[in-house]
Amino acid sequence: MSQPNASRPVAEAAVAVVAEGLVKRYGELVAVAGIDLRIRRGECFGFLGANGAGKTTTMRMVQAVSEPSGGTLRVLGLDPVRDGKQVRARLGVCAQEDNLDPDLTVIQNLLVYGSYFPQPRATTRQRAEELLAFVALEEKRDRHLRELSGGMKRRLMIARALMNDPELIVLDEPTTGLDPAARHLIWQKLRELAARGVTMLLTTHYMDEAERLCNRLVIMDRGRILAEDAPRALIGQHVGHEVVELRVPEVEEGEVLAGLDLEGITSERVGDIRVFFFERQSAAADRLVGRARSVDVACLVRNATLEDVFLKLTGRELNE
Amino acid sequence: MTRAPAGFFGGAWRVTARNLVVWRTFAGASALGNFGEPLLYLVALGYGLGRVVPQLGGMSYAEFIAPGLIVSTAMYTATFEGTFGSYTRLSTQGTFDAILATPITPTELVAGEILWGGLKAAFGAAAVLLVIALFGLVPSWYALLTIPLGLFAGILFMAMALVITGVSHSYESFNYYFTLVVAPMFLFSGIFFPLEEMPLWVNGASNVLPLTHVVALSRGLVRGTIGATDLGWHLGAMLAFGVMASVVSTRLLTRRLRS
Repeated sequence: MSQPNASRPVAEAAVAVVAEGLVKRYGELVAVAGIDLRIRRGECFGFLGANGAGKTTTMRMVQAVSEPSGGTLRVLGLDPVRDGKQVRARLGVCAQEDNLDPDLTVIQNLLVYGSYFPQPRATTRQRAEELLAFVALEEKRDRHLRELSGGMKRRLMIARALMNDPELIVLDEPTTGLDPAARHLIWQKLRELAARGVTMLLTTHYMDEAERLCNRLVIMDRGRILAEDAPRALIGQHVGHEVVELRVPEVEEGEVLAGLDLEGITSERVGDIRVFFFERQSAAADRLVGRARSVDVACLVRNATLEDVFLKLTGRELNE
Repeated sequence: MTRAPAGFFGGAWRVTARNLVVWRTFAGASALGNFGEPLLYLVALGYGLGRVVPQLGGMSYAEFIAPGLIVSTAMYTATFEGTFGSYTRLSTQGTFDAILATPITPTELVAGEILWGGLKAAFGAAAVLLVIALFGLVPSWYALLTIPLGLFAGILFMAMALVITGVSHSYESFNYYFTLVVAPMFLFSGIFFPLEEMPLWVNGASNVLPLTHVVALSRGLVRGTIGATDLGWHLGAMLAFGVMASVVSTRLLTRRLRS
């Protein structure tokens, strides 16, 4: 299992995933178009992107279930193509779709899944009970899957992904389709895992989720990485501090904004709204808001979010 | 803490064991299918039609068809499992995706599925054997060997079914397989009429149907009359069909699962 070619042994030990020029093609389609990644152990690393951006494909390569078409990839110091079994033995995966066993009970789902890993049965049994408690499903222990709500099923998916005590856990849209209470509970559990030092890879459509959970993240579009940094740094760098949205039709815009000094302020039009991005609280922003109130134009002032960064970088058209 | 991942057979067995755990929860319905349908054939054809059919080579008609029903049950059990069952695990349920996120490899997964088809078919064969024994239609202790025969037949027919599953993208496509392959095999493999009394070309052509060989073995074992030559020839044919189907199904499914 040891790698003779470990030219950077110290760096390798601190890094969970390294990719250089990673490519995945399906025939003509290029799903991942040459990306570089360096994910540190113990961090929660996010992949943001629209459907088809290449997030899940990247995850599948990291999980050692899909072979890269080009570039290099190392996961936990191993080559996922050559040492797929070893990589998967040390990884936990919580897939996007519910793929729990609908014919089994809650506890059976954990025990059967645990049996796929190279660990003693007693360990599997003990871990299953501990994880049921961790995701607060002890009372559902012997229930059938059909009796579980969506949120409970997702918690069980997370518990199942932890059955082999993984060093790295891959979460593909862990809270998509859940109600707010269920989402918050999942976030709580994921933060507890982060505190234990488990490395996490997370894909999500939800910018608030990424902002809450991720130490660093990449924004992907059409198989490429557009930006990579900590969430706050990305916001500061790409959209600034404050956002003002004016609901004003394009034809009336010149009239409303006449005489305001908005030079150097980036803005974009989204349907009947013009969105202004201010780097910091500024007199220009105050003047803009004052004008909007005086001419009775609907106006919203808010903090810049990751969503602004995302839309600015990836554009607002649907890619599908 | 981390032990080396299990080898090929360990990995395959864990997939088989998963299906066993699920099967246990449905064993009742499954057993009804195993006993029920062959029992209907036995009563309707063996005793109904049998009243007007003369003795066949010293056997009553019920005695003649009973051994074939043991292995046709094995065939149907494995075929349903390899089509509807495996396809559900492959597509709608995402079971295979979940398994492949663990150290289990696609090849181990397919091998585990094939073995599971064999086991389930052996349970079915054992159930039918019990029923026909209760009807007094089993003259030889060699009949007990139809249970391992059911296991091998199940492996063969599971592998064949997985070839179809490997190229299917909906449940509807299984209708072709059942209507064009499985049903003709059920009717023309010598369960219901003696192939030896058919024209030579029909008798010869029936050898391309894998079930023909299984039926011949089953009848020989239940009657206790099988000779070494026939045993070798029919087992060899089963082995050849089984290896072909296993190789093709493994290729098709692993390619599909790895994409």
